[in-house]
Amino acid sequence: MLNEPAIILVSFAYLGVLFGIAYYADGRADAGRSVIASPYIYSLSLAVYATAWTFYGSVGRAASDGIGFLPIYIGPTLMIALWWVVLRKILRISKQNRITSLADFIASRYGKSALLAGLVTVIAVIGILPYISLQLKAVSNSFTILVQYPEIVMPANVAALSTRQDTALWVALILAAFTIAFGTRHLDAAEHHQGMVAAIAFESLVKLLAFIAVGVFVTYQMYGGFGDVFAQAAAVPKLRAMLTPLEGVAGGYSSWVWLTVLSMMAIMFLPRQFQVAVIENVDEKHLNKAIWLFPLYMLAINVFVLPIAFGGLLRFPSGTVDADTFVLTLPMAEKQEWLALLVFIGGLSAATGMVIVETIALSTMVCNDLVMPVLLRLRRLRLNERRDLTGLLLAIRRGAIVLILLLGYLYFKLAGEAYALVSIGLISFAAVAQFAPAILGGIFWKGGTRAGAFWGLLAGFAVWFYTLLLPALARSGWLPTGMLEHGPFGIELLKPLELFGLAGLDQISHAMIWSMIANIGAYVAVSLRATPSADEHRQASLFVDVFRHSGEAGGARFWRGTASVPDLYNLLARFFGTAAAESTFAEYATARGLQWPDERMVADAELVHYVEVQLGGAIGAASARVMVASVVKEEALTVDEVREILDEASQVVVYSHKLQQKSRELEAATAELRAANARLTELDRLKDDFVSTVTHELRTPLTSIRAFTEILLDEPEVDAEQRRKFLGIITREAERLTRLINQVLDLAKIESGKAEWAQTRVDMKEVISDTLAAMEQLFREKNIRVEAQLPEKVSTVNVDLDRMIQVMLNLLSNAAKFCDRTNGRIEIALSERDGRLRVDVRDNGRGIRATDHEAIFSKFHQVGETLTDKPQGSGLGLHISRHIVEHFGGSMWVESSPGRGASFSFTIPAAAA
Amino acid sequence: MNEFESKGQRFVALCMLGLLLFNYPILALFNVHRTFLGVPALYAYVFIAWTALIALMALIAESRE
Repeated sequence: MLNEPAIILVSFAYLGVLFGIAYYADGRADAGRSVIASPYIYSLSLAVYATAWTFYGSVGRAASDGIGFLPIYIGPTLMIALWWVVLRKILRISKQNRITSLADFIASRYGKSALLAGLVTVIAVIGILPYISLQLKAVSNSFTILVQYPEIVMPANVAALSTRQDTALWVALILAAFTIAFGTRHLDAAEHHQGMVAAIAFESLVKLLAFIAVGVFVTYQMYGGFGDVFAQAAAVPKLRAMLTPLEGVAGGYSSWVWLTVLSMMAIMFLPRQFQVAVIENVDEKHLNKAIWLFPLYMLAINVFVLPIAFGGLLRFPSGTVDADTFVLTLPMAEKQEWLALLVFIGGLSAATGMVIVETIALSTMVCNDLVMPVLLRLRRLRLNERRDLTGLLLAIRRGAIVLILLLGYLYFKLAGEAYALVSIGLISFAAVAQFAPAILGGIFWKGGTRAGAFWGLLAGFAVWFYTLLLPALARSGWLPTGMLEHGPFGIELLKPLELFGLAGLDQISHAMIWSMIANIGAYVAVSLRATPSADEHRQASLFVDVFRHSGEAGGARFWRGTASVPDLYNLLARFFGTAAAESTFAEYATARGLQWPDERMVADAELVHYVEVQLGGAIGAASARVMVASVVKEEALTVDEVREILDEASQVVVYSHKLQQKSRELEAATAELRAANARLTELDRLKDDFVSTVTHELRTPLTSIRAFTEILLDEPEVDAEQRRKFLGIITREAERLTRLINQVLDLAKIESGKAEWAQTRVDMKEVISDTLAAMEQLFREKNIRVEAQLPEKVSTVNVDLDRMIQVMLNLLSNAAKFCDRTNGRIEIALSERDGRLRVDVRDNGRGIRATDHEAIFSKFHQVGETLTDKPQGSGLGLHISRHIVEHFGGSMWVESSPGRGASFSFTIPAAAA
Repeated sequence: MNEFESKGQRFVALCMLGLLLFNYPILALFNVHRTFLGVPALYAYVFIAWTALIALMALIAESRE
């Protein structure tokens, strides 16, 4: 079943599935329902980090170094802990500046320098070649081994491969075709490849499942679990040393540390990691999940590496089987055809995922940052006349993909055989680590300059080339090995593997130390000496202070010149086609409340910046700069002017803070004024009510007085009895009038705070007795029984005696007024509790409805039907009483229900003894 | 101090902790011929510490305040 056509068929079927997923995801994206807008897909796509290196190479490394393969995954975990600080910033910068690649990012930071963009691209391409060759080697080897089934033969021993059987070349070509179909179907202004991301996420699942499947098989089928594998290994003297590996291996701890540092850089600055983590990121919030899910993925795919490595060493003790192939050869040796096929597919997915994303990222860089700038400069006039450049851009990218994969194949042919998978990959890691100073320095240190970044990169790359790439080529027999042993021209001090006599380190640590010294040293030293241009100043500020500047318009402040709308429009149309240019301009116009086309639209700094940013999305910042400059007339800003604008900007921030504070204060003041106004309006209304009520109350008694006096005046013959009766009414009404006026005056005094309060120690018992005595006559007239329950002794209270009597009089006269007409009864109770004296006055009248309980304490409130009943009081008594009681710290309320009498109570705090 | 800054500081501290845990001399303490549940001490230590680190990262990343 495992014959060549079947395996090829399955491989193509798998690639077909991938393509289907990508096609589906692209379709969904066009329909506006993106499938990749999920933190889980984002996390899985980051796992493109796990390549054939992880899938096959980790076991190979573990079989020689034990745990030495792990820094490659622990380093990234540590770096990801810093993502919240570092990657979030890079993401924000990239979104604002529409960064399209790693080279674009660095070039943008250092004043949109085309030279720097080109250098970064060259370093990235050359540096990544070994890594791509690793994938080609892994796929072609696994294929070659699998077709030999059931024999297990290493590829090196497969006799004389003909061209047709040169699997690596075929793999390279097929992958190139596949990547072209995948990543360059159309030109996206934002460089988003949603289909690719979806497919990569799927591949991450496949390789994880395949690896765990083989891990479970080896650990639990071939052996009796983790303990058993390690116990058997410990019994073999040769393997026993590997269980405490850190002292045995060359370099030991230093190698461990350098690998950790190296992979910390790699997880950020490998072009494909930058592509999926930054460029393809659709939502900054996805970081929250990815920060722990992605490390968890790496943990999961590494759990079974050691059992498989030891299992392989135990199963193939002769050493004829390459440890890099254990993952595949163990199931084959156990005659597990299906598992072996699954492993092959898993390895294929690991390799294709890497190759697709890496070559797309690199081809974007080659096109935007290397070829286009050169073309634009070399044949600028002719290119400017071309109406549509989309075709040209896509063609350059497709060519770049093919070229990169063929170069990868070439490297595999030149140097691939001499090294294990991991060693090949590490050379690439060391190359991309050279980007770290320029990028990390660039986003945290404004002082980093273009010259510094350029010389730092160049120096670091040169050392890398000399200490890692050159020896790799020499070992494979393409350069004289004498150079390695004795140094170039016999100069011992310059031996590539022991530069300046630094010996005793493994090759990677050695290269990292020297290249980082050269790189960081040149970056810092040159930056400190160089004077940055206006462009650099501006970009440094935009990058480092990205969380302070907001919005894309940030860059527009720095531009001065003249341009025309049609020029800018045509420029955009040449790169995107008319349809896209139309919609881009329409979007711009709509955002500013204009129509497109609109004659009022002016080609101001904002529009020029907008066009440049859009264009940058397709061809990179450096090229966009050149293109825009070709259609507008610019006046260069001087360094001082840029600095001034930046200062202004920070001044504006300060002012706007102050303004915000002022406006908050104003708002508070307004709210207070509004409340005061409401209170005044209310008081005004109350005053009107008061005046009208008082006049009404005064008029009633006046009317009767006038009526009766008129009768007496007009009719002198009224008999004496009648006359006496009328005069009595007149006197009573006059008294009522006097009382009313007194109370109104009293109320006015109390409410205005002008009342005089005398405070003396008063015995409430006496107050009650005196009041009762004064009213005795009244009660007797009305035939009311009064019962007073007064305790033996109560505390005194600190009040105004006259006022207190006024309150008691009011309550008692109210009770007398409202109690039962024929069988009146009033109870008075005095009690003391918790330092308060309480007085209750209960009558047996008709009671008060619950809704009136509060209302009766307000001014001029009369209980009862005002139309039918004759008013029995002024309506001010209770209001004043409550005022008095509250003035002395007490409270007054009523408890009653209709038909069951009413009980008025108040409390007064007892005076301190 | 806003939420972003405090989260950032916790992550930086966690990274420091990780650098300490996966480095000499802590690693050397486990580079011995002993086993933990049948797994060599160093391997067991590295995987357990790694898992713990990821758990802490999840805790900080998903926390809201």
